[in-house]
Amino acid sequence: MSSSPISVDPAQIELIKERAILAISGAKNLDELKEIKISHVGDRSPIARANQSLGQVPIEERAATGKLIGTARANINQAFDDKERELTLARDTKALVEERVDVTLPTQRTHRGALHPLTSLRYEIEDLFVGLGYQVAEGPELESGWLNFDALNIPEDHPARTMQDTFFIEPIDSGLVLRTHTSPVQIRTMLENEPPIYVICPGRTYRSDELDATHTPVFNQVEGLVVDKGITMADLKGTLDLFAARIFGPDVTTRIRPSFFPFTEPSAEVDFFYNGRWIEWGGCGMVNPKVLEACGIDTSLYTGFAFGMGLERTLMVRNGITDMHDIVEGDLRFSRQFGVGSR
Amino acid sequence: MKLPVSWLAEFITFPKNFDPAKNVEKLVAAFVKVGFEVENVVNPASGIKGPLKVGTVLEIEELSGHKKPIRYVALDLGEKSKRYVICGATNFVVGDQVVVAVPGAVLPGNFAISARETYGKLSNGMICSARELGLGEDHSGIIVLSERFKNGSDALKALGADDPIIDIAVNPDRGYAMSVRGAARELAMSLGFQFKDIESKALLNKLAKAKKSGKVTQVEILDKSGADLIFLRSLSGLDPSAKTPAWMARRLTQAGMRPISLAVDVTNYVMLELGQPLHAFDAEKINGRLRVQRANSFKSITTLDNQVRKLIKDDLLIADEKRPLALAGTMGGLDSEVGVETTKIALEAAHFNPVAVARNSRRHILSSEASRRFERGVDPLLAEIASARAALLLIEHGGARYHGSASKGALPKAKFTAISPSEISELIGTEYSSAEVAKALVAVGCKVSKSGKKWRITSPSWRSDLNHLSDFAEEVARFYGYERIPSRVPTPKIPKSGKTGLSPLQQRRRFLSLALANRGFTEVHNYPFVNQSQMDLFGFTGERAKTFKIANPISDQNPLLRTHLSIGLLETAARNLARGAKSVALFESGLIFRDIKKLENSTGISTAKRPSAAQIKKIYESVPFQSLHIGGVVAGEIELSGWWGKGRTASWEDAVSITSQLLREITSDFSVKNVDLAPWHPGRCAEFVVAGKPVAHAGEIHPRICAALGLPERTIFFALLVDAIPVQGAIQAKPVIAMPAAIQDVSFYLSSQVSAAEITAALREGAGELLESVELFDRFQREGENQISLAFTLTFRAPDRTLTGEEVAKLREQATGSVVERFKATLRS
Repeated sequence: MSSSPISVDPAQIELIKERAILAISGAKNLDELKEIKISHVGDRSPIARANQSLGQVPIEERAATGKLIGTARANINQAFDDKERELTLARDTKALVEERVDVTLPTQRTHRGALHPLTSLRYEIEDLFVGLGYQVAEGPELESGWLNFDALNIPEDHPARTMQDTFFIEPIDSGLVLRTHTSPVQIRTMLENEPPIYVICPGRTYRSDELDATHTPVFNQVEGLVVDKGITMADLKGTLDLFAARIFGPDVTTRIRPSFFPFTEPSAEVDFFYNGRWIEWGGCGMVNPKVLEACGIDTSLYTGFAFGMGLERTLMVRNGITDMHDIVEGDLRFSRQFGVGSR
Repeated sequence: MKLPVSWLAEFITFPKNFDPAKNVEKLVAAFVKVGFEVENVVNPASGIKGPLKVGTVLEIEELSGHKKPIRYVALDLGEKSKRYVICGATNFVVGDQVVVAVPGAVLPGNFAISARETYGKLSNGMICSARELGLGEDHSGIIVLSERFKNGSDALKALGADDPIIDIAVNPDRGYAMSVRGAARELAMSLGFQFKDIESKALLNKLAKAKKSGKVTQVEILDKSGADLIFLRSLSGLDPSAKTPAWMARRLTQAGMRPISLAVDVTNYVMLELGQPLHAFDAEKINGRLRVQRANSFKSITTLDNQVRKLIKDDLLIADEKRPLALAGTMGGLDSEVGVETTKIALEAAHFNPVAVARNSRRHILSSEASRRFERGVDPLLAEIASARAALLLIEHGGARYHGSASKGALPKAKFTAISPSEISELIGTEYSSAEVAKALVAVGCKVSKSGKKWRITSPSWRSDLNHLSDFAEEVARFYGYERIPSRVPTPKIPKSGKTGLSPLQQRRRFLSLALANRGFTEVHNYPFVNQSQMDLFGFTGERAKTFKIANPISDQNPLLRTHLSIGLLETAARNLARGAKSVALFESGLIFRDIKKLENSTGISTAKRPSAAQIKKIYESVPFQSLHIGGVVAGEIELSGWWGKGRTASWEDAVSITSQLLREITSDFSVKNVDLAPWHPGRCAEFVVAGKPVAHAGEIHPRICAALGLPERTIFFALLVDAIPVQGAIQAKPVIAMPAAIQDVSFYLSSQVSAAEITAALREGAGELLESVELFDRFQREGENQISLAFTLTFRAPDRTLTGEEVAKLREQATGSVVERFKATLRS
């Protein structure tokens, strides 16, 4: 590599330096700076050439001149580095500004799914009781009259049988009905298992009511059944209190008051106190010994309690739903309010 | 049961400072506390304030020159001078007694009465109609009182409007409370006041003393299973023109019954009061003896409601020696009805078998005041007493003469139960002292005989439902209030089966539901009701066309049970689109119903003890298996249009892909094949098979169905047969191999009829265990050709070594060879 030697007197060196620094400081962008690097910093720049010309300098001045050139060069490099850093930062900052987007734009390109809130409520109840140590028992919706009525101490000609508006299956003497409650699952559980029994029975049930704001012919119940030694009505009350507190809030209390169900004795209605008033929740009681005996459970050893409530009613009260149509019609807009994980 | 408070008050000794009519809320709470829900309270006086007086019309001046008749009326309100009021009604004459609201009174609706100038006169009050007082809808004229009252006396009292009515719901085990007496007993018990029973001995003595000689109609019980006791009291000389006393008519009206005639009203009154249904026959229309019998050869009866009812052999009747006279305990017959000329009465009171009456009522779809009471059980002691009470009322108010009675049958023996008071505390879970237990049981009418640890408890005659420890426990708990029961949470024990938590199937159902919801599907719960034309439209055949029919559907529109989830889901999708949704993705999990197996009949198996193993099998086999399905539908776009551009319409690939993903997460091994199955497009339906059995179907819905339901073309549907998929044990993991893989691409020309799955299976089979994976990476079909090209990437790997070039070539040869041979494929180089 060869280039024409240049003068290396101190004034000249100072001039080279000043020109270089002036040029660097005037660079408007990195491209310009690149050009300037070639002409003022690179191997062919005046300062480089000055360095190369050091050999022409008398030996006694060489050290001093060399030092002068070295310092000038360092100053130029420093100026260059500073400018490069400055321009790089400016470029990057500008780029980030330009790349700004509106993150509030809609981004959902797929359908948004949801569980039916009755399903979420059912999970919530199942989890509560499974957590306590219960099992979840299920059974068919098209059920034998023997399991839906007879075994529950509701004989053929008992007035209680007409209390429940039953859907019968043709021919009527088939004895098949759409279950009017999930209680036949309790009977199945007791026929299939020996005590101790701790189960809840959630599921769909049917009664021939017209659909209106508060009734539906197809609805959901959850029942509980406990059969063990030493079970009392106090155990029932405690379980209901726990259940209500979990579903409606920690301060919610229940009350029970006498009632009648063929399958429990004593029987009770359970109400809960919510938003300043008592609201009917469901029925409950101690399992009627006739029911235990029909399942072959020794009533001298075991007692039990049972309770049952409607999921629709529970949901309507808790979630402020005023029209049953919303629950049964399957309109996307209803379930989507609840999503997948909320209650 | 509608209970006028004044009537209840006849059976309860209230403390001096307790006016029951002014303490209705306390009475309501007391009923609820002991187990009677209060359905309604009618308290007309609650809307009326201030003076409402009885007045007699003294003069009427008709004011002319107005659009409607206007009267200026002078009234005697027992005041020093006449009171004048303006009245627009004309249904009264001089001498009538009317109800007058005087200035200062406030009528329902906050209507304040004041003296005012109108029609040029000073009107100093208002003569009221029933509607103005909130006592009814009648506004056709003002109220004219039918009885005489003192002028100026309280008109509310004269109207009976000072008497609140409490309507309670009576549960089936409390038949005795379907009477004023029974309800009052409960109310007194709940309030802690003294119950004041009827003086039955005095009643019977009084009737015996009134007995005069005359004809007594005889009675017999031909069927002892139908009734165990009957009384028939004979009376004559009833004045057919005798009117029902006003107080009785008013109470009947208050209780919701219509006054008819003295004889009928007396029987109804006594039934409401005591709970014993009674029937009055015209004695002259009875041929010979009165009989309790089954219908046997009698063919029909015309009942009081003028219906001709065909009898069946088993119907329980009251008959005479020639013909049926009444459906026992249910409704009387027209032929022996008490009419306007009846003077001789045979008054019947029986204790019928509840089941026999229930059957009468059910068979003839005839629920009457009488049948509702008999079905729930009537106190057997009442037949004698109630018939005596009714006879005395007929003597008193109808001028009748009593000639004696015939009776058959006997009172059932009193039952007793042996219990120890501590057992009651143990069942309820709180401590009741022996004295408390005894007090409560005595209060409900039991006799308690304490001898040793076990007491002998005799239930009262009106409580046939008290037989068992738990029945008595309820009475004690009820007496002291359920609020005394403490709250305690039991600690569940692990069941003998050792099973805890959700079952594998329950976990699977949850998993699949959550997976679908997270993939954008919204869950719906459809009614499982469908109809035949839907079934036909969907084209179901075989097992999926066989279903159950509801005998009494709410509407005849949908009497069948679904055999598949598709009908409900597609209809719901269509409804959402009709309501403005642009596209929908829905899913449902639920049972389906197929009538494909001959079922047992479990009717009539005894419940007295656990059924035998054979009987239990029969019970279980009387119910069809109901399979759990999860179905999903996407109608329209699966990837949505938006500001980013156009979306993508769902197609068969999405259906197959979603179904595969779901299956892959619950089972490790399944295969797919093309099938033609309703309601899918015949060429666009996949069947998923595990262990040789179909477990899911997915594809596009038949275009015919989409068109009929108004769904977009290519609407997709999939159904998983959740319980048909075997539950897997723990997966045994394969080690991850670190050896390098050898990758080979192969492609074939073959018939378009051959499925990719078949080729994949053949490649696997041919290559053997060292083939790690097969992936289709290209597929094309030239226009108009029935050959397709399929290209696969084969990945080979050995666990213990690097495969040599020779080995790989051989493996490739094995894999492709079987395809070429079996499917007449051409291997492309």
